[in-house]
Amino acid sequence: MKWFWYASPQTFYPLAGTIARASGIVAALLAAAGLYIGFFVAPTDAQQGEAYRIIFIHVPAAWMSMFIYVVMACWAALGLALNTRLSGMMASALAPTGALFTFIALWTGSLWGKPTWGTYWVWDARLTSELILLFLYLGFMALQAAIDDPRRADRAGALLAIVGVVNIPIIHYSVVWWNTLHQGASVSVTRAPTMAATMLTGMLLMALAFWAYSIAVSMVRVRCIIRERGGASSS
Amino acid sequence: MLATARAIVYRDLLVAVRRRSDVAVALLFFVIVTSLFPLGIGAEPNLLRAIAPGVIWVSALLSSLLSLRRLFEADHDDGTLEQMLLGASPLGVVAAAKALAHWMVTGMPLAVIAPLIALQYDLAPQLFGVLALSLLLGTPVLSLIGAIGAALTLGLRGGGVLLSLLVLPLYVPVLIIGAGARRRASSCCSPRCWWWRRRSRLGQSPRH
Repeated sequence: MKWFWYASPQTFYPLAGTIARASGIVAALLAAAGLYIGFFVAPTDAQQGEAYRIIFIHVPAAWMSMFIYVVMACWAALGLALNTRLSGMMASALAPTGALFTFIALWTGSLWGKPTWGTYWVWDARLTSELILLFLYLGFMALQAAIDDPRRADRAGALLAIVGVVNIPIIHYSVVWWNTLHQGASVSVTRAPTMAATMLTGMLLMALAFWAYSIAVSMVRVRCIIRERGGASSS
Repeated sequence: MLATARAIVYRDLLVAVRRRSDVAVALLFFVIVTSLFPLGIGAEPNLLRAIAPGVIWVSALLSSLLSLRRLFEADHDDGTLEQMLLGASPLGVVAAAKALAHWMVTGMPLAVIAPLIALQYDLAPQLFGVLALSLLLGTPVLSLIGAIGAALTLGLRGGGVLLSLLVLPLYVPVLIIGAGARRRASSCCSPRCWWWRRRSRLGQSPRH
């Protein structure tokens, strides 16, 4: 099995550098194409005007924020099950990127909400779940930062990530339930079901760019972590 | 296995009885926090009635959080926890028994005293039972979730603040369901009535 060859931090270190460089270039190209389509090619929305263009950043960021948490929890579970050192490093390398995307999604969302809904913040189910997701990321990072022994930090963080990933659906549905209980649908996040093809292309390009960016940044970060823990003696 | 659990619960309760002030502090905290809200918001009875379930539940959350650190800390410091780990009984039973003892010391008194707080907030007397029942059902969950956080932050510097950061987001569903039960009961007393209202409301909103 060639896979386990790269499970050691020492052999993974050079590979991570190659992946980081390649996906960094891909991310830059895709982002340039996606932003060009988003800002110059895509037509102005009939109802929302120019303000809708923020979705080219907002929607991919929101997707990534949730997806990265799941990936992080998978690495954490892998680390607990197989006791590999690299898994814990990957989980802690992904966390800051996930927190960043969660913050971007909240921030751009509130900027979009001001002209469209007339308010920066609504206690909508999705907004609330996203906010709690940000708290979960911050808790994970704070826990790892507080523990000096890296192996214990990895194990504690792994447990917290798994508890969090089990909790996210529960939190989401309880918030949805709370919101429908609380008030009717005064504002709706769901946009028009039909979307112009250029808008969709721009959004998908941006989503792919964010993917590549996440891979590049987490690879750079995992290289730093390997260095910090003294696992890259040969390169 | 059951004998182990019983022994651990008995021991933790005995320790709590010997140090009564620790138990009293969490309860007193709950009473003081709930009394501060009317001072900050204003004593308008309708407003107080509306915020009462939320205030009581959030205060219960904070009070449970306050005592979480003691769940494992004292045993960790004097080595008792190590002996429990070395023992033959399964760890799940040990952890569950300790969480149960923690709930009996900190959660159950809250449910008992909550009607008194509700009186301050001018709630209708027929809702006292619902409030106490919701706390009685919800606070064990707080102790169980909190046990995870208490175990992860054991022996860390700044563990208390970190513990609240880890545990509070995970408490959200309990808070929503607990406080929601009270709100539903106050808006509409019979379950059938509530069911009809919910159905009609779901019919109106096309969102979910």
